[in-house]
Amino acid sequence: MAKIKGAVIVDKERCKGCNLCVVACPFNVLSLTAKEVNKKGYTFAQMAVEEACTGCASCATVCPDGCISVYKVKIQ
Amino acid sequence: MTKEEIIKPENLVYKKPTLMNDNPMHYCPGCSHGVVHKLIAEVIEEMGMENQTVGVSPVGCAVFAYNYLDIDWEEAAHGRAPAVATAIKRLWPNRLVFTYQGDGDLACIGTAETIHALNRGENITIIFINNAIYGMTGGQMAPTTLVGMKTATCPYGRDVTIHGYPLKMTEIAATLEGTAYVTRQSVHSVPAIRKAKKAIRKAFENSMNGKGSNLVEIVSTCNSGWKMTPVAANQWMEEHMFPFYPLGDLKDKE
Repeated sequence: MAKIKGAVIVDKERCKGCNLCVVACPFNVLSLTAKEVNKKGYTFAQMAVEEACTGCASCATVCPDGCISVYKVKIQ
Repeated sequence: MTKEEIIKPENLVYKKPTLMNDNPMHYCPGCSHGVVHKLIAEVIEEMGMENQTVGVSPVGCAVFAYNYLDIDWEEAAHGRAPAVATAIKRLWPNRLVFTYQGDGDLACIGTAETIHALNRGENITIIFINNAIYGMTGGQMAPTTLVGMKTATCPYGRDVTIHGYPLKMTEIAATLEGTAYVTRQSVHSVPAIRKAKKAIRKAFENSMNGKGSNLVEIVSTCNSGWKMTPVAANQWMEEHMFPFYPLGDLKDKE
Protein backbone atom coordinates (compact mmCIF):
# COMPACT_ATOMS: atom_id res chain seq x y z
CA MET A 1 0.00 0.00 0.00
CA ALA A 2 1.23 3.41 -0.87
CA LYS A 3 2.19 5.48 2.10
CA ILE A 4 1.98 9.25 2.21
CA LYS A 5 4.68 11.17 3.98
CA GLY A 6 4.68 14.89 4.57
CA ALA A 7 6.84 17.64 5.93
CA VAL A 8 6.36 21.29 6.68
CA ILE A 9 8.66 24.29 6.74
CA VAL A 10 7.74 27.04 9.17
CA ASP A 11 9.00 30.53 8.39
CA LYS A 12 10.06 31.07 11.97
CA GLU A 13 10.69 34.81 11.68
CA ARG A 14 7.15 35.32 10.35
CA CYS A 15 5.53 33.03 12.93
CA LYS A 16 3.82 34.73 15.89
CA GLY A 17 3.27 31.60 17.96
CA CYS A 18 -0.53 31.82 17.96
CA ASN A 19 -0.81 28.03 18.42
CA LEU A 20 -3.65 27.63 15.88
CA CYS A 21 -1.61 25.24 13.69
CA VAL A 22 -0.71 23.08 16.68
CA VAL A 23 -4.40 22.65 17.51
CA ALA A 24 -5.43 22.15 13.86
CA CYS A 25 -2.95 19.32 13.20
CA PRO A 26 -4.82 15.97 13.32
CA PHE A 27 -1.63 14.02 14.15
CA ASN A 28 -0.07 16.36 16.75
CA VAL A 29 3.00 16.87 14.60
CA LEU A 30 3.58 20.49 15.48
CA SER A 31 4.38 22.14 18.76
CA LEU A 32 5.57 25.54 19.88
CA THR A 33 9.14 25.94 21.03
CA ALA A 34 9.50 25.82 24.80
CA LYS A 35 12.07 28.57 25.28
CA GLU A 36 13.57 29.46 21.91
CA VAL A 37 12.16 32.68 20.42
CA ASN A 38 12.48 34.45 17.06
CA LYS A 39 13.72 38.00 16.50
CA LYS A 40 10.37 39.45 17.53
CA GLY A 41 10.36 37.48 20.79
CA TYR A 42 7.62 35.02 19.87
CA THR A 43 7.90 31.29 20.44
CA PHE A 44 7.35 29.62 17.08
CA ALA A 45 5.88 26.41 15.67
CA GLN A 46 8.12 23.54 14.66
CA MET A 47 7.81 19.88 13.70
CA ALA A 48 8.07 17.87 16.90
CA VAL A 49 6.97 14.45 15.60
CA GLU A 50 8.29 14.44 12.04
CA GLU A 51 7.31 10.88 11.08
CA ALA A 52 3.57 11.42 11.80
CA CYS A 53 3.08 14.18 9.18
CA THR A 54 0.94 13.27 6.16
CA GLY A 55 1.12 16.62 4.40
CA CYS A 56 -2.62 17.31 4.81
CA ALA A 57 -1.93 21.08 4.98
CA SER A 58 -4.41 21.70 7.81
CA CYS A 59 -1.75 23.68 9.66
CA ALA A 60 -0.95 25.84 6.66
CA THR A 61 -4.65 26.45 5.93
CA VAL A 62 -5.39 27.85 9.38
CA CYS A 63 -2.12 29.83 9.66
CA PRO A 64 -3.13 33.52 9.69
CA ASP A 65 0.34 34.68 8.68
CA GLY A 66 1.01 32.19 5.89
CA CYS A 67 4.22 30.95 7.53
CA ILE A 68 3.86 27.28 6.65
CA SER A 69 4.82 25.52 3.41
CA VAL A 70 3.73 21.90 3.08
CA TYR A 71 5.46 19.13 1.11
CA LYS A 72 3.99 15.73 0.42
CA VAL A 73 5.33 12.57 -1.21
CA LYS A 74 3.79 9.19 -1.98
CA ILE A 75 5.98 6.19 -1.20
CA GLN A 76 5.12 3.13 -3.29
CA MET B 1 12.45 8.92 4.31
CA THR B 2 13.96 11.97 5.95
CA LYS B 3 12.53 15.45 6.06
CA GLU B 4 15.21 16.67 3.63
CA GLU B 5 14.17 14.05 1.06
CA ILE B 6 10.52 15.14 1.25
CA ILE B 7 11.22 18.87 1.07
CA LYS B 8 11.78 19.31 -2.67
CA PRO B 9 10.08 21.82 -4.99
CA GLU B 10 8.21 19.06 -6.87
CA ASN B 11 6.57 17.84 -3.64
CA LEU B 12 5.20 21.24 -2.64
CA VAL B 13 1.44 21.08 -1.96
CA TYR B 14 0.74 24.31 -0.09
CA LYS B 15 2.49 27.62 0.33
CA LYS B 16 1.63 31.23 1.02
CA PRO B 17 -0.11 32.72 -2.06
CA THR B 18 2.32 34.70 -4.22
CA LEU B 19 0.05 37.76 -4.11
CA MET B 20 0.70 37.94 -0.38
CA ASN B 21 4.09 39.59 0.03
CA ASP B 22 6.74 39.06 2.69
CA ASN B 23 5.90 42.09 4.84
CA PRO B 24 5.22 40.84 8.36
CA MET B 25 1.57 41.53 9.16
CA HIS B 26 0.78 43.91 12.01
CA TYR B 27 -2.20 41.82 13.13
CA CYS B 28 -2.12 40.22 16.57
CA PRO B 29 -1.10 36.55 16.73
CA GLY B 30 -4.02 34.36 15.68
CA CYS B 31 -6.09 37.16 14.12
CA SER B 32 -8.71 36.04 11.59
CA HIS B 33 -7.72 38.88 9.24
CA GLY B 34 -4.63 36.99 8.11
CA VAL B 35 -6.65 33.96 7.03
CA VAL B 36 -9.14 36.08 5.10
CA HIS B 37 -6.29 38.00 3.39
CA LYS B 38 -4.84 34.66 2.36
CA LEU B 39 -8.18 33.45 0.97
CA ILE B 40 -8.67 36.64 -1.05
CA ALA B 41 -5.17 36.31 -2.49
CA GLU B 42 -5.77 32.67 -3.39
CA VAL B 43 -9.12 33.39 -5.07
CA ILE B 44 -7.72 36.30 -7.09
CA GLU B 45 -4.82 34.11 -8.23
CA GLU B 46 -7.13 31.26 -9.19
CA MET B 47 -9.32 33.64 -11.19
CA GLY B 48 -6.25 35.13 -12.91
CA MET B 49 -7.31 38.66 -11.96
CA GLU B 50 -4.02 39.78 -10.38
CA ASN B 51 -3.70 42.81 -12.63
CA GLN B 52 -7.39 43.74 -12.73
CA THR B 53 -8.37 43.79 -9.09
CA VAL B 54 -8.95 46.90 -7.01
CA GLY B 55 -9.50 46.51 -3.30
CA VAL B 56 -10.89 49.24 -1.08
CA SER B 57 -9.49 49.12 2.41
CA PRO B 58 -11.39 50.45 5.40
CA VAL B 59 -10.49 52.24 8.59
CA GLY B 60 -9.88 49.67 11.28
CA CYS B 61 -7.31 46.96 11.76
CA ALA B 62 -7.38 46.15 8.04
CA VAL B 63 -6.41 49.72 7.14
CA PHE B 64 -2.95 48.44 6.16
CA ALA B 65 -4.27 45.62 3.97
CA TYR B 66 -2.53 47.34 1.04
CA ASN B 67 0.81 46.52 2.62
CA TYR B 68 0.23 42.79 2.39
CA LEU B 69 -1.57 41.98 -0.86
CA ASP B 70 0.10 43.01 -4.11
CA ILE B 71 -2.99 44.26 -5.95
CA ASP B 72 -4.29 47.80 -6.51
CA TRP B 73 -5.80 49.33 -3.40
CA GLU B 74 -7.72 52.47 -2.60
CA GLU B 75 -8.04 53.81 0.93
CA ALA B 76 -11.50 55.09 1.81
CA ALA B 77 -12.66 57.40 4.57
CA HIS B 78 -14.17 55.66 7.58
CA GLY B 79 -17.18 53.62 6.49
CA ARG B 80 -17.19 55.01 2.95
CA ALA B 81 -15.58 52.05 1.19
CA PRO B 82 -18.76 50.95 -0.67
CA ALA B 83 -19.17 54.48 -2.06
CA VAL B 84 -15.55 54.53 -3.29
CA ALA B 85 -15.95 51.01 -4.70
CA THR B 86 -19.09 52.13 -6.55
CA ALA B 87 -17.15 54.88 -8.31
CA ILE B 88 -14.27 52.57 -9.22
CA LYS B 89 -16.56 49.86 -10.59
CA ARG B 90 -18.62 52.32 -12.63
CA LEU B 91 -15.52 53.87 -14.17
CA TRP B 92 -13.77 50.52 -14.71
CA PRO B 93 -16.48 47.90 -15.26
CA ASN B 94 -13.91 45.26 -16.22
CA ARG B 95 -12.15 45.44 -12.86
CA LEU B 96 -12.82 43.16 -9.93
CA VAL B 97 -13.71 45.59 -7.16
CA PHE B 98 -14.16 44.57 -3.56
CA THR B 99 -14.22 46.29 -0.20
CA TYR B 100 -12.81 44.80 2.96
CA GLN B 101 -14.50 46.18 6.07
CA GLY B 102 -14.86 45.44 9.73
CA ASP B 103 -18.02 45.65 11.75
CA GLY B 104 -17.31 49.08 13.17
CA ASP B 105 -16.64 50.43 9.69
CA LEU B 106 -19.49 48.69 7.88
CA ALA B 107 -22.23 48.30 10.48
CA CYS B 108 -21.79 51.55 12.39
CA ILE B 109 -20.09 54.43 10.65
CA GLY B 110 -20.83 53.27 7.12
CA THR B 111 -24.30 51.80 7.56
CA ALA B 112 -25.88 54.16 5.04
CA GLU B 113 -23.18 53.69 2.39
CA THR B 114 -23.30 49.93 2.78
CA ILE B 115 -27.07 49.59 2.57
CA HIS B 116 -27.40 51.95 -0.37
CA ALA B 117 -24.53 50.43 -2.36
CA LEU B 118 -26.01 46.96 -1.82
CA ASN B 119 -29.50 48.17 -2.66
CA ARG B 120 -28.35 49.82 -5.89
CA GLY B 121 -27.02 46.46 -6.98
CA GLU B 122 -23.53 47.75 -7.66
CA ASN B 123 -21.40 44.91 -9.05
CA ILE B 124 -19.02 44.89 -6.12
CA THR B 125 -18.24 42.46 -3.33
CA ILE B 126 -18.20 43.53 0.29
CA ILE B 127 -16.12 41.37 2.63
CA PHE B 128 -17.45 42.02 6.11
CA ILE B 129 -15.28 40.94 9.05
CA ASN B 130 -17.54 40.69 12.08
CA ASN B 131 -15.72 40.24 15.38
CA ALA B 132 -18.40 41.98 17.49
CA ILE B 133 -16.00 44.61 18.77
CA TYR B 134 -13.94 47.66 17.75
CA GLY B 135 -10.64 45.81 17.65
CA MET B 136 -8.21 48.51 16.56
CA THR B 137 -9.16 51.19 19.07
CA GLY B 138 -9.07 48.92 22.10
CA GLY B 139 -12.14 46.72 22.20
CA GLN B 140 -15.07 49.13 22.53
CA MET B 141 -18.69 48.09 22.00
CA ALA B 142 -19.76 47.88 18.36
CA PRO B 143 -23.31 47.64 16.94
CA THR B 144 -22.65 43.91 16.48
CA THR B 145 -21.59 43.26 20.10
CA LEU B 146 -23.62 40.40 21.57
CA VAL B 147 -26.12 40.98 24.38
CA GLY B 148 -24.30 40.50 27.70
CA MET B 149 -20.84 40.63 26.09
CA LYS B 150 -18.30 42.64 28.07
CA THR B 151 -16.24 45.26 26.24
CA ALA B 152 -14.17 48.28 27.24
CA THR B 153 -17.20 50.59 27.01
CA CYS B 154 -19.75 48.19 28.51
CA PRO B 155 -17.77 46.52 31.31
CA TYR B 156 -20.93 45.03 32.85
CA GLY B 157 -22.00 43.49 29.57
CA ARG B 158 -24.20 44.89 26.80
CA ASP B 159 -27.56 45.79 28.30
CA VAL B 160 -30.44 46.05 25.81
CA THR B 161 -32.26 48.66 27.90
CA ILE B 162 -29.31 51.05 27.52
CA HIS B 163 -27.43 49.92 24.40
CA GLY B 164 -30.13 48.34 22.27
CA TYR B 165 -29.84 45.12 20.31
CA PRO B 166 -27.02 43.81 18.09
CA LEU B 167 -27.37 44.67 14.41
CA LYS B 168 -27.54 41.83 11.89
CA MET B 169 -26.30 43.58 8.76
CA THR B 170 -26.21 40.42 6.68
CA GLU B 171 -29.89 39.69 7.35
CA ILE B 172 -30.72 43.26 6.34
CA ALA B 173 -28.67 42.87 3.14
CA ALA B 174 -30.53 39.67 2.27
CA THR B 175 -33.83 41.58 2.16
CA LEU B 176 -32.53 44.13 -0.35
CA GLU B 177 -33.46 43.72 -4.03
CA GLY B 178 -30.02 44.64 -5.35
CA THR B 179 -28.03 41.88 -3.67
CA ALA B 180 -27.14 38.75 -5.60
CA TYR B 181 -25.32 36.69 -3.01
CA VAL B 182 -25.39 37.18 0.74
CA THR B 183 -23.63 34.69 2.95
CA ARG B 184 -22.16 34.31 6.42
CA GLN B 185 -19.01 32.25 6.85
CA SER B 186 -16.26 31.75 9.38
CA VAL B 187 -12.54 30.88 9.35
CA HIS B 188 -12.13 29.02 12.64
CA SER B 189 -11.48 25.53 11.23
CA VAL B 190 -10.20 23.90 8.04
CA PRO B 191 -13.69 22.99 6.65
CA ALA B 192 -14.98 26.48 7.49
CA ILE B 193 -12.00 28.07 5.72
CA ARG B 194 -12.64 25.95 2.59
CA LYS B 195 -16.31 27.01 2.60
CA ALA B 196 -15.38 30.66 3.10
CA LYS B 197 -13.01 30.46 0.13
CA LYS B 198 -15.79 29.06 -2.08
CA ALA B 199 -18.11 31.84 -0.92
CA ILE B 200 -15.54 34.55 -1.74
CA ARG B 201 -14.94 32.97 -5.16
CA LYS B 202 -18.67 32.91 -5.89
CA ALA B 203 -19.11 36.51 -4.78
CA PHE B 204 -16.19 37.68 -6.95
CA GLU B 205 -17.55 35.77 -9.96
CA ASN B 206 -21.03 37.24 -9.44
CA SER B 207 -19.63 40.75 -9.37
CA MET B 208 -17.68 40.13 -12.59
CA ASN B 209 -20.78 38.63 -14.26
CA GLY B 210 -22.88 41.69 -13.39
CA LYS B 211 -25.35 39.85 -11.20
CA GLY B 212 -25.52 42.49 -8.48
CA SER B 213 -23.88 43.27 -5.18
CA ASN B 214 -22.47 40.59 -2.93
CA LEU B 215 -21.90 40.51 0.80
CA VAL B 216 -19.68 37.91 2.44
CA GLU B 217 -19.73 38.19 6.22
CA ILE B 218 -16.90 36.40 8.00
CA VAL B 219 -17.62 35.84 11.69
CA SER B 220 -14.17 36.37 13.20
CA THR B 221 -12.29 36.47 16.43
CA CYS B 222 -10.52 39.37 18.08
CA ASN B 223 -8.53 37.52 20.68
CA SER B 224 -6.76 40.66 21.93
CA GLY B 225 -10.02 42.57 22.25
CA TRP B 226 -11.78 39.63 23.82
CA LYS B 227 -8.76 39.09 26.10
CA MET B 228 -8.34 35.40 25.26
CA THR B 229 -5.80 33.16 23.59
CA PRO B 230 -6.43 32.57 19.85
CA VAL B 231 -7.56 28.99 20.49
CA ALA B 232 -9.91 30.00 23.34
CA ALA B 233 -11.28 32.82 21.17
CA ASN B 234 -12.19 30.32 18.44
CA GLN B 235 -14.02 28.19 21.00
CA TRP B 236 -15.79 31.21 22.47
CA MET B 237 -16.87 32.21 18.97
CA GLU B 238 -18.32 28.76 18.31
CA GLU B 239 -20.22 28.78 21.60
CA HIS B 240 -21.49 32.36 21.66
CA MET B 241 -21.28 33.97 18.21
CA PHE B 242 -22.66 31.16 16.03
CA PRO B 243 -26.03 30.84 17.85
CA PHE B 244 -26.67 34.54 17.17
CA TYR B 245 -24.87 34.73 13.81
CA PRO B 246 -25.65 31.34 12.21
CA LEU B 247 -23.40 30.38 9.30
CA GLY B 248 -24.69 29.70 5.80
CA ASP B 249 -26.04 31.34 2.65
CA LEU B 250 -28.85 33.81 3.31
CA LYS B 251 -29.55 34.70 -0.29
CA ASP B 252 -28.35 33.27 -3.56
CA LYS B 253 -29.96 34.78 -6.66
CA GLU B 254 -29.09 32.39 -9.48
